[in-house]
Amino acid sequence: MDDQESKPALQVSRREFVEVAVVSGLAAGVPAAAQTPEIKPRIVNCTFTINKQKQELQIDPRVTLLDLLREHLKLTGTKKGCDHGQCGACTVLVDGRRINSCLTLAIMQNGREITTIEGLAAGSQLHPMQTAFIEHDGFQCGYCTPGQVCSAVALLDEVKAGAPSAVTPRMGEIRPIELSDDEIRERMSGNICRCGAYEGIVAAVREAAGRRRV
Amino acid sequence: MDDLIGQPLDRIDGRVKVTGRAVYAYEHDVPNAAYAVMVVSSIANGRIASMDTRAAEQAQGVLLVITHQNSLKVPGAQNQSKTSPPGHAVQALQDDVVYYANQPIGVVVAETFADAIAGAQLVQVTYAPQPPQMDLESRLADAYAPDKAGGGGDPAASHRGDVQAGMAEAKKSIDYVYRTPFEVHNPMEPHATIAVWNAPDRLTIYDATQGVFSDRGRVASVFGLPPENVRVISPYLGGGFGSKGPVWSHVILAAMAAKQAKRPVKLAVTRPQMFGMLGCRSETRQAIAMGAKSDGAITALRDDTVSHTSMFGEFVEAASLPARMLYQSPNNSTSQRLVRSNIGQPSYMRAPGEASGTYGLEAAMDEMAYALKMDPVEFRLKNYAETDPEENKPWSSKSLRECYLQGAKHFGWSKRPLEPRSMQDGNALIGWGMATSVYPTRRSVSNASARLNVDGTFSVDAGTQDLGTGTYTIMTQVAAEAFGVDAKQVRFRLGDTILPQTPVSGGSQTAASTGSAVHLASQALREKLIQMAIRDARSPLSGLGAQDVILNKGRLYARSNPARGETFRELILRSGQPHVEAKAEAKPGAEKDHYSMYAFGAQFAEARVDADLGQIKVSRMVGCFGAGRILNAKTARSQFLGGMIWGISMALYEYAAVDKRLGRWVNNNLAEYHVPVNADIGKIEAIWVDEKDDHVNPIGAKGIGEIGITGAAAAIANAVFHATGKRVRDLPITLDKVML
Ligand code: FES
Ligand code: FES
Repeated sequence: MDDQESKPALQVSRREFVEVAVVSGLAAGVPAAAQTPEIKPRIVNCTFTINKQKQELQIDPRVTLLDLLREHLKLTGTKKGCDHGQCGACTVLVDGRRINSCLTLAIMQNGREITTIEGLAAGSQLHPMQTAFIEHDGFQCGYCTPGQVCSAVALLDEVKAGAPSAVTPRMGEIRPIELSDDEIRERMSGNICRCGAYEGIVAAVREAAGRRRV
Repeated sequence: MDDLIGQPLDRIDGRVKVTGRAVYAYEHDVPNAAYAVMVVSSIANGRIASMDTRAAEQAQGVLLVITHQNSLKVPGAQNQSKTSPPGHAVQALQDDVVYYANQPIGVVVAETFADAIAGAQLVQVTYAPQPPQMDLESRLADAYAPDKAGGGGDPAASHRGDVQAGMAEAKKSIDYVYRTPFEVHNPMEPHATIAVWNAPDRLTIYDATQGVFSDRGRVASVFGLPPENVRVISPYLGGGFGSKGPVWSHVILAAMAAKQAKRPVKLAVTRPQMFGMLGCRSETRQAIAMGAKSDGAITALRDDTVSHTSMFGEFVEAASLPARMLYQSPNNSTSQRLVRSNIGQPSYMRAPGEASGTYGLEAAMDEMAYALKMDPVEFRLKNYAETDPEENKPWSSKSLRECYLQGAKHFGWSKRPLEPRSMQDGNALIGWGMATSVYPTRRSVSNASARLNVDGTFSVDAGTQDLGTGTYTIMTQVAAEAFGVDAKQVRFRLGDTILPQTPVSGGSQTAASTGSAVHLASQALREKLIQMAIRDARSPLSGLGAQDVILNKGRLYARSNPARGETFRELILRSGQPHVEAKAEAKPGAEKDHYSMYAFGAQFAEARVDADLGQIKVSRMVGCFGAGRILNAKTARSQFLGGMIWGISMALYEYAAVDKRLGRWVNNNLAEYHVPVNADIGKIEAIWVDEKDDHVNPIGAKGIGEIGITGAAAAIANAVFHATGKRVRDLPITLDKVML
């Protein structure tokens, strides 16, 4: 046993406690290592294709893709639930693959093609996944929904491409993946729904998958 | 249309939600809005010794840093009494006192969100801390008895009969302590507010709130404004579950920041900051003793519950309430006590009181059934309360017996062996458990208006909120049915204080309160339109009696001759009026004096527990509910299922861990504060008993937002016992607890 482990680490005397608290007195909720004396403003030129439209933008390198969409481009359909890659509310498609847009800086996606929830429907014609979510009541408050729908759309392509999940039987074999309810549940588990609309979400994905004959 | 109420209509707001066009609080496009980020305390008790804001003030884009040293003084934010309710005492940078971790202590306002976040990191704080008071068990002796308990203002204690004598009479008895942990609501949409001062004494707030009018009233009183000078707008809410009911500090701070920055300000609470300043479900300690005769009749029941409140306000997690009324126990006593702790104000969280209380009581009922070697359903039926045993009043309606029987049948309960650890599938121990659900039916004064427009469509207005509960949809159905038109012909507006006044959406009361108001306003307009037609010589319906006119398929026509009639458009065009309007107020009547009003239900769960690893999965669940008139079968089902999933969450996952030395939340994020994801949910079904209740309110709806979570955690805990033979009496039931 080394020294550190043998110390009764959890016993803090009143006095130590005061010192500890003062030393670590930086406000909570923000990262601690932020003593940068001065932040130099910088701007990076980027080009994106967002929902089929080419956009040339000058971007503060600190801005996440999520904040770029929501705050700078007013595409507020993509939601912020945690800003830390823990909930999936911010899911968008980058070159057809789903990512958490809060976990990437916007400038890192320079040159990419980005599809948000606003870009899924063809005019007034909803994407089949959107229609299925309405029919099966795959949401209540709707706040996780744009992320769920984007995730589900990408999921169908992943299955089509034969990408296995943790519950895919006989994972090593190259064979078409059967989109069972367990597969859907597993593959949709990166998107939290606090309303608990999971039953409707599974039914919606199942139906949309059938329509596309995956 | 006939019978539009009850139909599984798709959600009216479905299309805007699946296309990303529903605008939530933080998303309103307010020109020139600045971004605010809060700085929160890293200690749970003490004072702020110093705050150095110089670096932050000089950082890129920062407009203003507000602390207690330079904040606008708002006397209305001062706390009047330590017993004030949740949301009343706000921490609005008025002094240097820190009551709990993550308390707001500063606000940084900047041009962009990135600037504001970066600026907030530069604020330097030192504290003079005191050790926080956090532990419940070691301070039981300090607990005090509050005056009231629960949303209905029930007494904090109750007694009937003689519990001691009842226990002496018992053949079998149990006496255990059940515990539930701190939980945090965590709606997917973080709380957010945009504040715009339209004039020095006029404020518009876009807020994520469950009560636009209560929000308006509180904000107005803090800033010393007449309520009509404040407008609150909230068309869509990303969930609330109680946390968006009270007006918390950040709402006041957004308005204060906008005033001081002289610009509109948008402020969102970050996910980690949501643990503390926005309420929580308090930890509870429920000491429950019960005695019964050998035939199963309960002779005595005692439930003494202790929970936390804050240092500055009061809220009682009234877990003992179900023990007062759920069973016919002749000798009964309950009590609620509180300890003051260094936490943000505990508050209403989905089925406050009942969610925690049905866990303790219904787990105890299971233990008692086992002590008697009786089937748990049979034991409950044996003690079925035909009238409210505490209030001595009849129930307005009660379908609990049918719920037990239908739920049991649907689940296949009759095949259940009584012995624990008697079902296995490979390495999985399988158990079946059940429990009772109960939630009170309440309503408050509510208003609504209904209008026939010149184009023949209808507009119906009420200030109320849709948390995802289906308000838009059910109100549209209630109105459309009254007018005999398709739902598409009705436009229902909500979420704005310029609309008729309505109560907070809490306590499952929106359908009952505002649904009744919409019903009455729509009926009043319907009568008005019929009168217009029969009194107008130019109408084909002229001269008919009011009862001879039918409203159906978008027309008014004669009962005796459907061809004799006209459209609404024809009616209004001829009248020359721009619109015809009716208003109504619905308020609670004497029903409460005559009846005890509750929704009831029975929940059945199957747990699969890995024999070696203790991993638990709820593989199957059936809930059967009797909740009055169901207004939309589709959205109601989602409400019930959502509640049941909250029950799974309560039973197996949710637990806000606190470091008792520091008073800080340890897992204040969505990676470590566990809520179920899709893969955690097995086969789950909600069914209901058709219930016609003419007493509760004009539309006969009991409210369904909360009943689903009640009893669910106990059903699962009881299933885990049946699977493993191990009784875990503190939630959540994690693998370590079943393995030992
Ligand atoms: S907001 Fe990106 S994962 Fe939660
Ligand atoms: S619909 Fe509300 S969080 Fe999923």
